Amino acid sequence: MNQEVVIEAKKLSLTFETNDGPVHALKDVDLTINKGDFVSFIGPSGCGKTTFLRVMADLEQPTGGEISVNGMTPEEARLKRAYGYVFQAAGLYPWRTIGGNIRLPLEIMGYSKAEQAMRVDEVLELVHLDGFAKKFPWQLSGGMQQRASIARALSFDADLMLMDEPFGALDEIVRDHLNEQLLELWAATNKTICFVTHSIPEAVYLSSKIVVMSPRPGRVTDVIESTLPRERPLDIRESQEFLDIAHRVREGLRAGHGDD
Amino acid sequence: MNMYLIGALVFWLVAWALNVWLSNLKPTRLTKLLVPVIFGITLLVIWEWVVRGLEVKAVLLPPPTMIGVAFVSNIPTLWADFIQTFVKGALSGYFIGCGAAFATAVAIDRSPFLQKGLLPVGNFVAALPIIGMAPILVMWFGFGWQSKAAVVVIMVFFPMLVNTVQGMQAQTSMQRDLMRTYAASYPQKLLKLRLPAAAPFIFNGLKISTTLALIGAIVAEFFGSPTVGMGFRISTEVGRLALDMVWAEIVVAAIAGSAFYGVVALLEKATTFWHPSQRG
Amino acid sequence: MWQKFGPVLTVVLAIFALWYVMAVVMNANWAYDKAKRADVELGFSELVVDTWSQKKPRLPAPHQIAEELWNTTAMKSITSKRSLVFHSWITLSSTLLGFAMGTVLGILLAVGIVHNKAMNLSVMPWVIASQTIPILAIAPMIIVVLNAVGISGLVPKAVISMYLSFFPVVVGMVKGLRAPDAMQMDQMRTWNASKWTTFWALRWPSSVPYLFPSLKIGVAAALVGAIVAELPTGAVRGLGARLLAGSYYGQTIQIWSALLMAAALAAALVMVIGQIEKYALRKMGMAR
Repeated sequence: MNQEVVIEAKKLSLTFETNDGPVHALKDVDLTINKGDFVSFIGPSGCGKTTFLRVMADLEQPTGGEISVNGMTPEEARLKRAYGYVFQAAGLYPWRTIGGNIRLPLEIMGYSKAEQAMRVDEVLELVHLDGFAKKFPWQLSGGMQQRASIARALSFDADLMLMDEPFGALDEIVRDHLNEQLLELWAATNKTICFVTHSIPEAVYLSSKIVVMSPRPGRVTDVIESTLPRERPLDIRESQEFLDIAHRVREGLRAGHGDD
Repeated sequence: MNMYLIGALVFWLVAWALNVWLSNLKPTRLTKLLVPVIFGITLLVIWEWVVRGLEVKAVLLPPPTMIGVAFVSNIPTLWADFIQTFVKGALSGYFIGCGAAFATAVAIDRSPFLQKGLLPVGNFVAALPIIGMAPILVMWFGFGWQSKAAVVVIMVFFPMLVNTVQGMQAQTSMQRDLMRTYAASYPQKLLKLRLPAAAPFIFNGLKISTTLALIGAIVAEFFGSPTVGMGFRISTEVGRLALDMVWAEIVVAAIAGSAFYGVVALLEKATTFWHPSQRG
Repeated sequence: MWQKFGPVLTVVLAIFALWYVMAVVMNANWAYDKAKRADVELGFSELVVDTWSQKKPRLPAPHQIAEELWNTTAMKSITSKRSLVFHSWITLSSTLLGFAMGTVLGILLAVGIVHNKAMNLSVMPWVIASQTIPILAIAPMIIVVLNAVGISGLVPKAVISMYLSFFPVVVGMVKGLRAPDAMQMDQMRTWNASKWTTFWALRWPSSVPYLFPSLKIGVAAALVGAIVAELPTGAVRGLGARLLAGSYYGQTIQIWSALLMAAALAAALVMVIGQIEKYALRKMGMAR
């Protein structure tokens, strides 16, 4: 298969200078992500998974190595609006309605009024929030807010989605539901998704590729290609295949954790 | 024993009992309105009857009814004073001062260096007795309303500046990152994020400034004014010991002050309805 | 060091530079008038020298004020009526007395409001409403009335200071005493703690971080109150009286020096409270 490369990192390093000395958030990370992949980054806190995502998004500057996004530098990619970013919290602007929040990137990127309205309707339907456009964020539940923030990232139709523990603050039931919807969405749009999580079942359930990371210094310890089919009902999580992959992830996490 | 005093005491006890009873009911909009109103009326009645009962001289403390009479019979004078002090002095100074502070805050928005320098200085100046500048400004701008407006301008400038600058820094890092991922330009960030996020702070500054504006305009008249204006009237009537008129002027100031504050608060409610403090 | 003080220093220097420039601009007319009458041509350097050293300038230059401050503080005996220290003390004493009274009154009122439903509903709206009223405007009246009943000197001014400083304290303390969250209050209930214990063990300590910012606003307001109280009654002592006398006789340098003295006083008072705050919060383990 001749696949198009979306993210390519070579010997990528990032060191934060803090008062307690340098912190190696990323050290010599090599990774390639192909178009259409659903990649999960998993690891304990401090392993640099969020930092890696932020480097792709040009929210942090690496201090060593190389990284390209769609064959460009992250900055060029950001200026071309090549990706949609979903944060840990929904982070909707409280002074805008749900529709207004989703319209925000479209306004900034200069879409016409008609196109804005059309796209808002489209993505609201995609995340099953049709009818909520005129509500304000605080009138919605946490899960609905997070769906709205995903819709906001989808609205300008970037091929790459960067998601930083988007469901971390939600309860398990809502989370299952959103995971299912996210898979649906991935199937429908064929986007490349980078997904940071610290939940093993979530990572295994969602991903076509699982990147296991370990802290101090932040590095990749294992990359697991998922053998699960793309079509995944929720009960696939009880299958042996699923449990095997989860086991391998857990082993990877433990290995990286070994010395403390 | 004096009938007035007994009456005042009884009225107070009855009204207080009523209020205690009302406040222990299920709180509704009506009780929330009624209880303070009853309390206010009680204060007025006690004032009236105690003053009459103890036969306090009107040059010391006139009873509310007398103040009411003075108010009604002097409406043209009070109106002229109101126009001079509030509309010409306080309002124009308020708009110029708040506008200038807002413009300054936006102008230094892109310079963290200037913000770091101006914020402590502004905080320092805001705590100073700026009202003392009044004699100097009266000397510079003359006895007319212009000098009053100038006092108001410098009184409201720093609280407004400090609040606006703080407000413009009030976004979360996530909100800022979001704008960055959209590769938003500076004007877009300003209009779509920084100013809306700053609105609650800006209104806080605007609200503080309403009171300062009225105080500034009135006190500045103590240092020289034409023969019209609330501060002028207060100081001359105090000199003539016509305290009913002084109180009438204070009533005007109170109404003007609360109405001014109320209008800004309503505007705040309309624009920052989304803020947690406004939703409760 | 530069990181921290550089910006502030730059701004302060800029203010001084602007001040000197403005002194030239604002005093230039008078300098030209004088030169015309003396029939001399005024060069730029002479203009600058003149505008920075006039006797009754429209805007005195900073060094003139500094000189006046030095002459009226360090060079005069502190009991002299020409000593600014003397006048400052007059103002400061009524400020402090009023501030103390206002703080006690404010705390008592806040305790009442927090513990009594009826008081909360009836008094609180008026406390808030009264903040929108220009209280300062009645200052002269209070002075005259109290004078008429034979109370004069320190107390009437202190009453105004009290009036101005008690509002921020009430508002801050009500917030502070209500700061314990539902969980902390429930914890007290599970121990069957009395209202008294709850107050001293939970509500009072929780309110301390709220108390000090209110005190800072309160003390600044108390000083403003004391100064304004000295204005309209023909008082002859105190910083307010100096301001008034200066404005009568066009002694701008005197006005400015009184003003700067007041500013220094305000800054010092706020700083003292800030230090006590730091100390208290550190003692209570709440220092940030």
